[in-house]
Amino acid sequence: MSDIILSAQGVGRSFGKFRALSGITADFQKGRLTSIIGPNGAGKSTFFNLLSGAFEPSEGRIIFEGRDITGTPQHEFARLGITKSFQITTVFPQLSVHENVRIALQALVSRYQIWKSRNSLPELADKADALLEVVGLTERRNRAAGTMAHGEQRALEIAMALAADPRLLLLDEPTAGMSPEETKSMMDLILKLASQRTVILVEHKMKLVMGISDRLLVLHHGELLAEGTPDEIRRNETVKRVYLGQREH
Amino acid sequence: MLNPDFVARCKQHRVILAVAFLLIFPLLMPFKAIAVNILIYGLYALGFNMLFGTLGLLSFGHAALFGGGAYACGLAMIRLGLPWWMGIVCAVVIGMALAAIIGAFAIRTRGIYFAMVTMALAQCVYFISDQWVSLTGGENGLRDVTLTKIDLGITTLNFVDPLTRYYVVAFFVAIALFVLSRILASPFGAAMEAVRENEARARACGYDVRATRYLAFILSGGFCGLAGALQALHLSIVPLETLAIANSGLVVMMSLLGGMGTFFGPFVGAGVFLLLENLVSLWTVHWQIFVGAAFVACVLFFPRGIWGTILLGRGR
Repeated sequence: MSDIILSAQGVGRSFGKFRALSGITADFQKGRLTSIIGPNGAGKSTFFNLLSGAFEPSEGRIIFEGRDITGTPQHEFARLGITKSFQITTVFPQLSVHENVRIALQALVSRYQIWKSRNSLPELADKADALLEVVGLTERRNRAAGTMAHGEQRALEIAMALAADPRLLLLDEPTAGMSPEETKSMMDLILKLASQRTVILVEHKMKLVMGISDRLLVLHHGELLAEGTPDEIRRNETVKRVYLGQREH
Repeated sequence: MLNPDFVARCKQHRVILAVAFLLIFPLLMPFKAIAVNILIYGLYALGFNMLFGTLGLLSFGHAALFGGGAYACGLAMIRLGLPWWMGIVCAVVIGMALAAIIGAFAIRTRGIYFAMVTMALAQCVYFISDQWVSLTGGENGLRDVTLTKIDLGITTLNFVDPLTRYYVVAFFVAIALFVLSRILASPFGAAMEAVRENEARARACGYDVRATRYLAFILSGGFCGLAGALQALHLSIVPLETLAIANSGLVVMMSLLGGMGTFFGPFVGAGVFLLLENLVSLWTVHWQIFVGAAFVACVLFFPRGIWGTILLGRGR
């Protein structure tokens, strides 16, 4: 059991009378890249938001490294070792690219100190530069984050998610709205990151993740439709039927 | 817009420049009393802008913190017989305590609801003060908050002299400016920027958005409480109107006029507002029309405010 980093046990979520997700039970293995796929409205984002703590499940429990984290406030996730990138690009637009990452790093060591100078934590500035190098944004260091191209902002978001040195990295459609070239370099980056930590990826485009995932979860109408290796999923008749007639983008 | 290199060079020496400015400022003003008023309202606006500019929260109830400080200082001196400097300490503490109470309710909300909750609670403070006549003097205000001499041991300052009074007030304002700039430059200052820029990302990074807002609200209360205390000492009376809703609106206007996105912007806004009020009211009782027109023009054509436009250009 120790190779399971995160496990969802009968997790569901309703919004009013609408049941977005019901009774999902799934284990995520340590060190693997697992993708959650499904057609539009399958409940992927809801599942992602429950796993990443954006909202609480209305039923079920979420266990991270053997510890029940159901209902833990969002702001404690980074320190637990879980960080994420959002479906919609989410950076600090008016601050410099470097300061974006520095602030993400600072959250782990200092949040309420009012009398120290923020420059008194020089190791954070160095670490931020190192992270910018990982995602290839070193040259953008002093730009205001909001003025960068879409793909670059997404890369910045990944750098910020890496700041907490997470053991589990959650990515919600990291290539959404990207050009083919940007998509390619993002996929390369994700593969590089997945070699060092557990990654869970939510993706709408099935084709993109087939080649890189160790395991896949297929959601449909808020339920877990299938689970397995890319080959198993490719052969799965039910999955074929769900995706049939729906052109892949 | 000023040359960015020049601005950068000035920023390196901003402590010296600010102190130099405070020293010569009263000599440039038509009356010393205006200079004192500008300092006091400038400090009030800076404290308010800590929430508004730095954190993006529009409070419509800061009169309770400013007025609360004024009453705290006056009551400490009159009812408890404490020395004036203890009155100032009490004002800062009460300003923060009131902010802690109002903030506990307000930070749960955002946007227009935040403005409404802060306004409603500030109105409560106003009416309590209005009704509790035995303590506060009700609608007559708190009278006889008199400070005439300040004994420093080696010498005695005459607080009645306008210039001396200005420098005493300027001393406290300078300390507050120093403290405020330390806070904004601190790790907590960075956390506030993160919360303003993007709540969801701040949370995902590990910042507790609510706690950050709450602490900022309380600190803001301290600065506004200090401004209120200085106002009480300056006027020797605390009018009930200090707590009134107009005083909450005034500080919003001053911040917008000067520029909420810059450190000194609110201060400049307070200065321009009070100068306009004083100068225009010399020749017409309808001064508010002109001040209002200036405000509207500023919001429409200079969205960064006066100081923001000087430093950064017109923008947008």
